[in-house]
Amino acid sequence: MATGRVSIFVTCIVDQVFPRAGMAMAEVLERLGYEVEFRAGQTCCGQPAFNSGYREEAAVVARHFLRVFEGAEWIVVPSGSCGSMIAHHYEELFPGDQEMAKRARALEGRVFEFSRFLLEVARTDDVGARYEGVVTYHDSCHALREMHIKEGPRRLLGKVRGLTLKEMDIAEECCGFGGTFSVKFPEVSGGMARTKVASIVRTGAEAVVSIDSSCLMQLQGALSRAGVGVKTMHLAEVLAAR
Amino acid sequence: MKGQSSVPQAGIESTLGDARLQLAIYTATGRLIDHRKKAVSEEALPDYQELRRIAHELKRHTIENLDYYLAQVERKVAERGGKVVYCEDGAEVSRFVLELARARGERLVVKSKSMTTEEIHLNEALESGQVEAVETDLGEYLLQLAHERPYHIVAPALHKTRYDVADILTGSLGVERETEPEKQTKIARGVLREKFLEAGIGITGANFVVAGSGAVVVVENEGNARLSSSAPRIHIAVAGIEKLIPRARDLAVFLKLLGRSATGQALSVYTSFLAGARREGEADGPEEFYLVLLDNGRSKLLADRDKRESLYCIRCGACLNHCPVYRKIGGHNYPWIYSGPIGAIITPQFHGVEQDPWLPFASSLCGACAEVCPVKIDIPKVLLKLRAEVTASGARGGTERRVFRVWAWVMAHPWWYGVLGKMAAALSPRPAGGGWVNKLPGWMAVGPLGSWLKERDLPPPAEQSFRSQWERRRRGA
Ligand code: SF4
Repeated sequence: MATGRVSIFVTCIVDQVFPRAGMAMAEVLERLGYEVEFRAGQTCCGQPAFNSGYREEAAVVARHFLRVFEGAEWIVVPSGSCGSMIAHHYEELFPGDQEMAKRARALEGRVFEFSRFLLEVARTDDVGARYEGVVTYHDSCHALREMHIKEGPRRLLGKVRGLTLKEMDIAEECCGFGGTFSVKFPEVSGGMARTKVASIVRTGAEAVVSIDSSCLMQLQGALSRAGVGVKTMHLAEVLAAR
Repeated sequence: MKGQSSVPQAGIESTLGDARLQLAIYTATGRLIDHRKKAVSEEALPDYQELRRIAHELKRHTIENLDYYLAQVERKVAERGGKVVYCEDGAEVSRFVLELARARGERLVVKSKSMTTEEIHLNEALESGQVEAVETDLGEYLLQLAHERPYHIVAPALHKTRYDVADILTGSLGVERETEPEKQTKIARGVLREKFLEAGIGITGANFVVAGSGAVVVVENEGNARLSSSAPRIHIAVAGIEKLIPRARDLAVFLKLLGRSATGQALSVYTSFLAGARREGEADGPEEFYLVLLDNGRSKLLADRDKRESLYCIRCGACLNHCPVYRKIGGHNYPWIYSGPIGAIITPQFHGVEQDPWLPFASSLCGACAEVCPVKIDIPKVLLKLRAEVTASGARGGTERRVFRVWAWVMAHPWWYGVLGKMAAALSPRPAGGGWVNKLPGWMAVGPLGSWLKERDLPPPAEQSFRSQWERRRRGA
């Protein structure tokens, strides 16, 4: 049994829109023997501002994050995108501020996307989950290309009893979300989602799984609009099922 | 410089709404994706990642020592009996070519494919100086007949189906309608052969310029660049200053990457080393050779540490093929002849970020471009830098900044964040049965929400946020 205390950063979108993904993540971590803490001061990672070109505003949020998670040994995040923002981009938000840059750098080895934490820190690919059904896995871009997370979630899904994983022909293609891109260029973003939805449908899966709730919001939004009865699930929800 | 542009909404919508065009783009780029994938696979090219790394380093080294290599190439070209001509901008290039044509009494120029000459609209400039310029690459020739600009930096007529090609040929040459690609090629070749025989000047681009030897390297599949550079009396190669590489042996790296990344070919059909004018005793080659080195804004990029890797580009087109945005909106909705991810990062740097302030934002930052770029340009990083520059320039207006200021303040004040979250949850309509929102009342369906709902359903905020649920659980426990 693993021991230790993990601090979870549930991200603003999970907090406000998909709390069940956060609850599922906490449940899996507790099942493995971790003590889970949720620091109530947490909000957002700042990525929306950073990706929109507002670095000072992003830095305000990053500063807040650093304050809230001061001293946390492990920070586990149910998102590759927010995890990458914190681990890879915080440092550049503080040009000319050695002290803050150092604190941001210190985070890099402590922030873990959820699936990576299971595999690399908890060192397990089997959390005792059972889920009856056929699912397909969507590679979210930042997890895949900034954090090189590709096989991990598939390994975890492979150990879920009753689950069949059917790959899409374009699993690695972007769902079209892209943060504010999704509302600045709705037609293009929507078109990208439809391309992905078509690929999901071709697999015959009943659910699409991802480690990023933002991708799932985009995909579920498009599935629902198209009247396709495929559901979306965060990896944590699948792993919490038994 | 033109005035500030805005999102080409009409163009984007018409491209998205044209099923035939969508299929043409998707099929053509899909084919290029598949071919590249095979060509750089572990079995086909085991040292692919290492080659990318070396290519990046070679480009970095050259760009950081460009003055040295420019001086070297000038000497080497002169030793081979040619001449280097530096041009600040397109006007200087066309002036040079027109004066040379006048002095030699030439009225016809054959051209092989060159994005650099497209960049400076050389054809139009020559036309207005009474010199006819004929494109000899098939795709470029078709576009010249159709009066269109390239759709793609490697496959300029990527968006044209063979039926479109039939229309173009019939419409402009008056020939009988022919939909077989081979027969279409034959028709075009017939016209172009005459032009090759007649032309006194051949203009080519350059994929690489070897500083150490003064050779210009051109890769192609049709043989028309080879002809353009050798049939006419005079050969002019036009290259951006960033096309320099130090030594001929560096080509072993770049040529391995270029063909594979562009079309999946281990090597293009023709790789020509064009090394100056014909010398005493040589049987072929042009009588005169000029290497035009064009700046046109490039040296401005040299000064920018954070973004100058944009100049490493070898124009393979892989980032376009893999870009999900390019594959939806095609090549003509980009403001400049360079489209796709590479266009999105160089256009604002050449023209100024204020001119097309929307362009760096037209990306989901998925990173597929950087993943396939043979010289490892970190395109998303440059896009992010450009976004910050656009907002700093004020080109997006003050409202957006104020919104983000307030947003950041809320995110740094958890109590307010919690209260506003609860308000949003209370206000949001909730479809019976727990589904997602398909429509909002008019006053709510504005801004980002309205935009989202154009294409997708919207999840209502959770009735109980994670923090409330956690707090309840904690108290219950
Ligand atoms: S940026 Fe890279 S991938 Fe894109 S055209 Fe240039 S070299 Fe090719």
